[in-house]
Amino acid sequence: MKWQSRHLLGLEGVSAEEIRLILDTAGSFKEILERPIKKVPALRGITVANLFFEPSTRTRFSFELAEKRMSADSVSFSTATSSVKKGETLKDTVKNIEAMRVDMVVIRHSAAGAPHFLARCVDAAVINAGDGAHEHPTQALLDMMTLREKYGSLEGLRVVIVGDIAHSRVARSNIWGLRTMGASVIVCGPKTLLPLDVEQLGVDVSVNLDEALEGADVINVLRLQLERQTQGLLPSMREYNREYGITLQRLAGAKESLTIMHPGPINRGVEITPQVADGPYSVILDQVLNGVAVRMAVLFLLSGGEPKLT
Amino acid sequence: MDAKDVQRAVARIAHEIIERNKGAKDLVIVGIRARGDYLAARVAEVIEGIEGLTIPVGIIDITLYRDDLQVVLEQPVVHKTDIPFDITGQVVILVDDVLNTGRTIRAAIDQLIDFGRPKSIQLAVLVDRGHRELPIRADYVGKNVPTSQGQQVEVRVREVDGSDEVVVVEEPFPR
Repeated sequence: MKWQSRHLLGLEGVSAEEIRLILDTAGSFKEILERPIKKVPALRGITVANLFFEPSTRTRFSFELAEKRMSADSVSFSTATSSVKKGETLKDTVKNIEAMRVDMVVIRHSAAGAPHFLARCVDAAVINAGDGAHEHPTQALLDMMTLREKYGSLEGLRVVIVGDIAHSRVARSNIWGLRTMGASVIVCGPKTLLPLDVEQLGVDVSVNLDEALEGADVINVLRLQLERQTQGLLPSMREYNREYGITLQRLAGAKESLTIMHPGPINRGVEITPQVADGPYSVILDQVLNGVAVRMAVLFLLSGGEPKLT
Repeated sequence: MDAKDVQRAVARIAHEIIERNKGAKDLVIVGIRARGDYLAARVAEVIEGIEGLTIPVGIIDITLYRDDLQVVLEQPVVHKTDIPFDITGQVVILVDDVLNTGRTIRAAIDQLIDFGRPKSIQLAVLVDRGHRELPIRADYVGKNVPTSQGQQVEVRVREVDGSDEVVVVEEPFPR
C-alpha cells in the first residue's frame, strides 16, 4: 500500500488501507519520541506553514512539534497578529505565503470547506487541522491509533460519542474513520445538539446516555463548546451535566476494558468529572502523545510526490 | 550461496568479530531492515554460543535517513527502529545483507549516532557487490560477489522467504 493523495482534507472517502498505512507509519514514528535525540532528517528542506485562523493549543503545538521532529522548517501564524485583521482574503494570504516557497500548509479555519478551497487554488499540499463543524481528520486518526494500540484492531468496537455532535468536527471525522475501520458508532446527546439526519452517516442515535453506554467499549467525550452555546440550545450547564456528564457512578456497570477519550480542552465538571478524566479508564494523555506521531506520519506521507525540478 | 554457505559465512563472521575485538565484551549488534535484522540475530546467536555472554541485538530502519526521500515518487513504508539499550561506549556491529552503494550504511551510521556515542562502529555484510558511491567499506564480508549494475543481488532468509540463499538476478528493466 502506497500513499496516493496529495492532501489530507478529511476522512470521508479515505479507504481502510490508507488509514491503516497512516496508523502503521505513526506507530513506527512513536519510537522516535522516546529517543534521546528526538529528531530524524526525513523532511529536511521541506517548509510547512501552520495557518491557524482559530485558536488552538494542542493541535497547533502538536503539528509544530511533529514538523520539528521531522526536521521540516515551519512558520506559524495566528489570526490575531496577521494581515487577516487588515481584511486580506484567505486565498490572497495563502498565495502570498506560497510565493515564499512553502511546500505544505496546515490550516485551521472556522469555515467548513476552507481547506478544500485552498487545495484547489494552491500547489502546496494541504492538511486540514479542523474546518468549522466539518472535519478534523488528524484528531480522528490519533483517536483510532490510541484505540488500536489498546485493542489491536478497531473491528467490532462499540464506540459512543457523547455531547455536542452538531458542532463537532471531531465527531464527524471519527464517524467516517471508525465506520471505515469496521467499528460501530453511537452518537448521544440532547436533541438540540444532534444534527438532522445524522443516521445517514451510518450511526445509531440515542438521547439517553445510560442506554447508549450499555455494552460500550469506548466513550469519546466531546467538549461542550461553550463559545457556541449562545443560541439557547441548552437550558443550563448544570442540566447538561446531570443528563450527559460522564461520572464514575454512571460507569458502575461498564466493561473493565472501557476506554474514555476526550479530544480536549476539557471542561472539568461539565461533560466529564475530574475523577473520570484522571481515572483508570482515561487515555486522554496517550491521545496527546499519539497526536504528534500521527501528524509526523501525515506530514511524511504527504511530502512524497513528483520529483521537484529546479 | 545456498543455506549451508550462508550458515558458514555467518559463523565465520561471528568468529572474526570475536577475534578482532578480543572477545564479546561491550559488544552490541544492530541489524538493518529488512534482511540484516535476521542476519544480526544469527551472528549474535553464534557469538553467544562461543563466548557465553548475552549480546544485545537491535534493529534499525533507515528510511527516514535516506538521501533520496525528496526524489522518490511515493514515500516508502516506515518500520520501527528498535534499539532497547544504550550504545554509548559500546562496540556496535552493524549488520546488513548486501553492501552496494554504501548509502544505506551512511544513513544507518547517521541514525546510530543519534542514539548515543558508540566506542566504534564496525560493518558486517553477507554480500559485498561493489559499486560504491561513498567511501565506505565492510569490516567483515561473507562473500564478495562481483556484479554489473544491471544485476540485483537478492538475499533470502528463512524467516521471511522460507529458505536461506543468495542469488544474482538480472534486473528485468535495466536502467
